[in-house]
Amino acid sequence: MNRFTIIGQRLVAIFLIGCLLFNYPLLSIFSTNDMLWGIPILYIYAFSSWLIIIILMIIVIEMWH
Amino acid sequence: MMLQGGIILLFSLAYIGFLFAIAYYSDKRSDAGRSVISNPYIYALSLAVYCTAWTFYGSVGRAASTGIGFMPIYLGPTLMVALWYLVMRKIIRISKINRITSIADFISSRYGKSSSLAGLVTIIAVVGIIPYISLQLDGVSTSFDVMWQHSELAGAIPPPGTAAILGDTSFYVALLLATFAIIFGTRHLDTTERHEGLVAAIAFESVIKLVAFLVVGVYVTFILFNGFGDIFGQAFQKPELRDLFTMKNAGTYTDWTWLMFLSMMAIMFLPRQFQMTVVENVNENHLDKASWLLPLYLLVINIFVLPIALGGLLLFPSGAVDADTFVLTIPISQGQEEVAMLAFIGGLSAATGMVIVATVSLSTMVSNELVMPLLLHFGPLRLSERRDLGGVLLTIRRCTIILVLMLGYCYFRLTGNAYTLVSIGLISFAAVAQFAPAIFGGIYWKTGNHLGAIVGLSAGFVVWTYTLFLPSLAESGYLSPSFIESGPFGITLLKPYALFGLAGLSPITHSLFWSMLVNAGGYMILSLVGQQSLMEHSQAAQFVDVYKRTQENDFRLWRSTSSVTVLRSILEQFLSRIRVDEALNDYAKKHGLDWSKDDVADAALINYAERLLAGSVGSASARVLLASAVKEEPVSMDEVMYMLDETSKVIAYSRELEIKSKELEQATSELRAANEQLKEVDRLKDDFISTVTHELRTPLTSIRAFSEILHDNPDLDVEQRSKFMAIILKENERLTRLINNVLDLSKIESGKMEWHLTAVDLKEVIEDALATLEQVIKEENIELETALAEHVSLTVTDRDRITQVMLNLLSNAIKFCDSQAGWIMVQLKEQDYTLSVAVSDNGPGIKPENQEIIFEKFRQVGDTLTEKPQGTGLGLPICRQIITYFGGDLRVNSIPGHGATFFFTLPVVSPTEAEADKEPNYASPIFANGKTNNR
Repeated sequence: MNRFTIIGQRLVAIFLIGCLLFNYPLLSIFSTNDMLWGIPILYIYAFSSWLIIIILMIIVIEMWH
Repeated sequence: MMLQGGIILLFSLAYIGFLFAIAYYSDKRSDAGRSVISNPYIYALSLAVYCTAWTFYGSVGRAASTGIGFMPIYLGPTLMVALWYLVMRKIIRISKINRITSIADFISSRYGKSSSLAGLVTIIAVVGIIPYISLQLDGVSTSFDVMWQHSELAGAIPPPGTAAILGDTSFYVALLLATFAIIFGTRHLDTTERHEGLVAAIAFESVIKLVAFLVVGVYVTFILFNGFGDIFGQAFQKPELRDLFTMKNAGTYTDWTWLMFLSMMAIMFLPRQFQMTVVENVNENHLDKASWLLPLYLLVINIFVLPIALGGLLLFPSGAVDADTFVLTIPISQGQEEVAMLAFIGGLSAATGMVIVATVSLSTMVSNELVMPLLLHFGPLRLSERRDLGGVLLTIRRCTIILVLMLGYCYFRLTGNAYTLVSIGLISFAAVAQFAPAIFGGIYWKTGNHLGAIVGLSAGFVVWTYTLFLPSLAESGYLSPSFIESGPFGITLLKPYALFGLAGLSPITHSLFWSMLVNAGGYMILSLVGQQSLMEHSQAAQFVDVYKRTQENDFRLWRSTSSVTVLRSILEQFLSRIRVDEALNDYAKKHGLDWSKDDVADAALINYAERLLAGSVGSASARVLLASAVKEEPVSMDEVMYMLDETSKVIAYSRELEIKSKELEQATSELRAANEQLKEVDRLKDDFISTVTHELRTPLTSIRAFSEILHDNPDLDVEQRSKFMAIILKENERLTRLINNVLDLSKIESGKMEWHLTAVDLKEVIEDALATLEQVIKEENIELETALAEHVSLTVTDRDRITQVMLNLLSNAIKFCDSQAGWIMVQLKEQDYTLSVAVSDNGPGIKPENQEIIFEKFRQVGDTLTEKPQGTGLGLPICRQIITYFGGDLRVNSIPGHGATFFFTLPVVSPTEAEADKEPNYASPIFANGKTNNR
């Protein structure tokens, strides 16, 4: 398998993970009034998932350079 | 006082002046061949043109009422960008090869360079983007007013868009932005329609808006409040704000998902995004880094949205201040004029960036795909004969920019303040999402055709207009509100927000569902049903298989020749003479031509010229322009074959080759088998001949010997003489029999045997045969037992041949049965439409290993040294051939020492069963074997 195909497949996987993280039902688990470090847990979940997706993309894309 | 009108204006103009400086500088650098924008960071920043006044002002407003409900608009692009490595790379590659100038050009080019489709896409783009432009006008003019009034209570300002036009800030904002866009985007025409200066300026704007927003965010979070925990903690104390911490106000999960989908489409297909991502792309590889830089940018610019929104709600609990202005009103209310000024500039940069790129891309579309084709089509203008059409093109573009901004302004006046910034923007998003089926289908599905694209897009656009655009006008009072409340003419099924009774969805989701349904559905169905023109077919192949493209793969869609002089004059209408010379000389150098000698422009050169021209006027116009000058000859079928995609041809060839080689292999192995068979037959023939000669020699020898005795001894006594004569006769008979047998066998084997078919009663045949041999049986003292069925069905066969078989079997039985107490038994039975005959004897029997050998020619069982051969060795083989011919079977059962039973079967076909013959599930083995009686 060449570089193009494997990076493409990994990025598709990241896309699917993202779709899972940012949708019902996972999102609804964090839809509570709980706070963590003084920050609503939903905010923490949303932003950290967002960051994780970006980090995964950096790893996959930059690893080859 | 910092925030005086003059100062604000001064700052704005200084900022815009600075942008010009950047654009000018980078254009100069570009001309000098040292591009400043040719790196992935600038590319990623230019893509951040996605963040407009919507992001800068609107997100906070959205967050103030929905909590994280503003996020899908940024999460969608984050995820979509992950797929860009596959999808956008392909689009960019296609666009570079085809010199695509806009999204309309892209779609029309894919579907056969169709002018009508290009026009349709352009109209959808223009109408769709109008709300978006008005959003920017709204944002900028509101921010002007907020700053101008220098009031802590922004709500006290008369809402923009309600004053008289000449006293309306937004009108001047629109004019300012139009001027700005004209100066930036339409300075000159280029073959690639790329604007380096513009990109550099947009990238700079992206930095400014990010920094400005972060400054406001840090100020609100860490200076005004004591960090995130403080803001969220204070907000948590207020029950009315607590819902913002959950998904409660963020819309239903269905809406959430659709919004993500919507923004996924927007990041790709908004005309300005397409312009920045595809058209302005310098190097395909910049996409790699940009695919994580852009999401990172989106994440960073959104970090402080919630703190600012909640901070604003805590500071202005009365709701008197529009949450869309929090970014400005919070610093102003705290007397932080520098922060407010920076925020204002940030908002201005966000809005101007969007307006400039959007209008530039729209003006390219309108001029290339709408106005030019129309002008060129209408002959009376004789436009194609005019020189310097470039000037006309630029004028059209400038007018378009002004027109688009004025339309945006009108929409803004019409809708007034009925909507928040975000909900206006979403209307535009839903419009450009209509491009998705045609584009995705276009790059991955060769079957997608022009008709499907036209119908899908039109249907989607109509539904969008009906369910979103018209209601947005109705809500502002320009259409009767009853249009929304109870549907047009009171038809409730046609309520624009609950079409066909589909209620419970937000208007955006509702519209998106219906429009996507008719769009994608129409596109697919008509593509599956309809056909593609030749041009479409080759374009489809070129788009879908873009990665397989080879250098030779340039489609020879021009089957004609023209003169270089004519081509040159067409090109010079749009491009500078220097540029044309450069391009043609390049071409000449590459192909080893000399224009001073060669004036014949072949198909490849015309193709080259078309792409050159497409870079500045779009592919549809380029085609029309060249077609008017180059008389095309009709395309022949041979040419059609030639035009077919090189790669698909190669694939087809290799597939054919594969099939051919498989066939060849098979043929080879068949030939080998046939050869083996031939060799075997040849060997058998040799064996046969040598055996036959040997068999012939035996009787001949004895005939000759006895004849010689008779000849040499004329005085032999009569008794002796007649004895010798009898031997000679007997040997002669044997010889005759042998020759007859050989002839029979060769006739049967070569299929030359004449068969006389009649309905035969097997019982009669057996009885006849027994009668013939009755004398012999009696002489030999053999006990004959018969068990013949009373009545048996008739069988169609050759009576004489079956008699021959019967006689043969009986003679063998007589020959081989016990010499002292001989016993023979003959049986005849009928069962399952089969007649079977068995002839048994009580002879020595046949060893199992010999039971098949006896049916081979000249194979007699027994010790040939001690026993004299008792037959020709051909009887049984002939019998088997005869029986097999009639669809039966001849075999032997024997236990050595206990006699042998020869039995054969014959299928029943009698005239009485003729009707049964006609039944499809019954066929006699004779007929089933194809051995019919008409031979």
